[in-house]
Amino acid sequence: MKSHVWRPLYVVLLIIAAVLVVRKILVPADFGVGARGYMYGWHRPSNEEDWKKVTVKYRTAEYCKECHREKYDEIKKSPHANINCENCHGPALGHPDDPKSLTINRSRELCARCHFRLEYPTSGRGKIRGINPKTHHPELECVTCHWPHDPRKAGHGGAKSAGAPGNPGNPSLSASPSAVSTTRERRGAHDIA
Amino acid sequence: MVHGEAWTLKEFFTYPNEYIYWTIQIVMYPFMTGLVAGAFVLSSLYHVFGVKELKGIARFSLVFSFALLPVAMLPLMLHLQQPQRGIEVMMTPHFTSAIAAFGIVFSTYGMIVASELWFVYRKHFVEEALKLRAIEERSLGEHLAHLLFSALTLGAMDISEHALEADERAVKKLAAAGIPVACFLHGYAGFIFGSVKANALWMTPLMPVIFICSAVVSGIALCMLTYIITMEIRKLLAARKKHLYPELPSPEELKSAEVHVVTMTAKYLVIFLVAAITLELLDLIFRGYTAMKSWDILRNVIYHRDFVNIFVIQYGMGNLLPFIIFLTPGLTVRRAALGSSLVLLGVFMMRWNVVIGGQAFSSSLSGFMHYVMPVWPDSVETFKEGLFGALTVAIVPFVLFWLINKVMPVFKDTH
Amino acid sequence: MISRRNFCKKSLLMAGGLAIPLSALELFDPKRLLAEKPDGKKTRWVFLVDTHKCVGCGFCVKGCKTENEVPYDANVTRTWVERYVITKDGQTHIDSPKGARDGFETSQIDIGEGKFEDIKNEEIDKAFFVPKLCNQCDNPPCVQVCPVGATYQTADGVVLVDRSWCIGCGYCIMGCPYGVRFFHPIFHVAEKCNFCYHRISKGMQTACVDACAFGARRVGNIRDPNDPVTKVIMTERVNVLKEEYGTTPQVFYLGLTKEVK
Repeated sequence: MKSHVWRPLYVVLLIIAAVLVVRKILVPADFGVGARGYMYGWHRPSNEEDWKKVTVKYRTAEYCKECHREKYDEIKKSPHANINCENCHGPALGHPDDPKSLTINRSRELCARCHFRLEYPTSGRGKIRGINPKTHHPELECVTCHWPHDPRKAGHGGAKSAGAPGNPGNPSLSASPSAVSTTRERRGAHDIA
Repeated sequence: MVHGEAWTLKEFFTYPNEYIYWTIQIVMYPFMTGLVAGAFVLSSLYHVFGVKELKGIARFSLVFSFALLPVAMLPLMLHLQQPQRGIEVMMTPHFTSAIAAFGIVFSTYGMIVASELWFVYRKHFVEEALKLRAIEERSLGEHLAHLLFSALTLGAMDISEHALEADERAVKKLAAAGIPVACFLHGYAGFIFGSVKANALWMTPLMPVIFICSAVVSGIALCMLTYIITMEIRKLLAARKKHLYPELPSPEELKSAEVHVVTMTAKYLVIFLVAAITLELLDLIFRGYTAMKSWDILRNVIYHRDFVNIFVIQYGMGNLLPFIIFLTPGLTVRRAALGSSLVLLGVFMMRWNVVIGGQAFSSSLSGFMHYVMPVWPDSVETFKEGLFGALTVAIVPFVLFWLINKVMPVFKDTH
Repeated sequence: MISRRNFCKKSLLMAGGLAIPLSALELFDPKRLLAEKPDGKKTRWVFLVDTHKCVGCGFCVKGCKTENEVPYDANVTRTWVERYVITKDGQTHIDSPKGARDGFETSQIDIGEGKFEDIKNEEIDKAFFVPKLCNQCDNPPCVQVCPVGATYQTADGVVLVDRSWCIGCGYCIMGCPYGVRFFHPIFHVAEKCNFCYHRISKGMQTACVDACAFGARRVGNIRDPNDPVTKVIMTERVNVLKEEYGTTPQVFYLGLTKEVK
């Protein structure tokens, strides 16, 4: 080893040693091979816990049921039974602490997601009654005439004030079946199928 | 705008998350590493196989190969969304991934080239160090130069014939060991693409071999071109200073050496060019013949949307024209320069057509994506992944070459 | 010419010398291979999509974005819905406007660059919706190509991304045949659907399953024979996407036809 020819090799070994030292400092101690082996499991295991700790935003209808029983029951008996409360009211998060109240999305776009009529006979979409949002009362919110918790019922504005935006009509925020006009069966009235 | 949205135009049905994520920097990376590998192979043709005519260009290629090394890292640094974490490839490499090979191969190759350069220039370092040591009152610049050259000697000050012969033997061994490593340096780049089963254009076992052949081609072409340009500069300088230093070679002496070197180099260039084009055409013919599910959209991309890029520029200007130029008898230096430039264009387009072409169609096989390379940078992102980022990468090796030349001069006879 | 004796000596030396660095690669460990066998694992998450039931409302996409904090306006999404309209002339028209985050607001097919294709109702032979999400493959090509070990698969089958380790090279995105991966616009690392790992680990369902009012999406545990999802997968005709790639995807589809890309 006396020959000067080996000098570059010493430099190389020094560099490798330096990289190993840096590795010791920078790489998390638990980094290694996981349950799925080297090919699919080479990782830092504590990351799995990191992902489990992500905040849950949507609590599902079963959570809303605890305080909003009548609304829950109303919707569960209606054609909208399977729609989650939070689809229209946003994620519950820490409600009732934070946020104190949830928004109510009354936009036409929301209802049109399902009720924009598409003639697709081979899909569940074809079975949903719908309208063309461009022609069907484009100036009104859907909820003016249609009660979202039970679409068989009339909306906020009631049928008479349907053509007069701004007129609150019959307030039906806490509508019970008897308060709503029974002659106003909406089913079949506005189908464009 | 999400990453990729600014320069991608989507047509027909593409998956919502699909954008052109691998852009000009990923084209530059295999291009630069190809130059590295090619330059090294050229240098080794002299050191290992003793092709004496290539002596003049051998040292030049070795230094250029070394100057290109840090540049090879630059496009990756500019491309990574988290460049400060780039070192992780060395620290927690996942060897089932071709990219992980980068850490090992790059470092190994760098060390081989650096070592080989050390042996080639050791005599020069020793002479410079001793010369500077002899100066009584050193200026700051001279003092720093003295430190640098002394450090570079690594303490091996013996420059007797015996020691220099030991250097020669070491160079030969390193050059021999370096050839497979240089091939690996670029072969793995080809593997990066060839092993992606999700991409119908990239997936082929031929990819690593095509990449290696075209890398050698590009390396030789670049060295030839830079050599010619540097010789022109030397001739100018020699002519101007002839009356001051009569021992300098005359322009005629320089010229005759040059044509000889260039002709020899051109032979090797043509050999590898033939190999590269054969493999590429083979791949294309196979695809058309077997007509797999992806062939419909690939055919559209290759023969319609990218026709000019592939057949006119890459095959026509980058392969056919250089063939004609190099094979026509009576090769002149000027023709060789033109041929080399066209070859470099062809190799660059090959990288472009693989990287960008592979993203020109959607994984749905029912839609297209068009890459609009950002020209004027209006954000950090469009600088890094745009024309100016690419130009930066293209210019830096020449800057580095000029700097390294001050420490390891390519044209001084050090033996 | 090297003597036979010297040749044998030198080759043995080389082989021995190579064995030392190679042993560091941990490519083959029989104990671990045994541990990877399916028996013994109690949970393996799978997904069931019923394309007959999906109506293309896009509530799943909206819910996913909110639950997993992917910016609503960003044109990337962990899950999306594709619309297929097959007309009488045999053409298949496909689109997924903004991943269907706002549903499908027009009967015209979005063909990109602001252009739309008109389809007349009487021309429609078949039309349906196909939700897509990460398949959490058993042989995930995205994990295989990650150079630094930033993406990996958990014991219960979910493929996750370590946001603190990902270098943003994009190889996993290129490696996925299904196009489910993307760069997160805020964190600038790779991102994809992870079956709402924070929810399923708590006994909840994924956000998209909860948001779907039509039962088109369901998540389950294939190792639990009493799981209703498992029962469907075992007894009904289910299919997977792009089986020829060998990824063994774990999202099963009812009603998956040849037109689906």
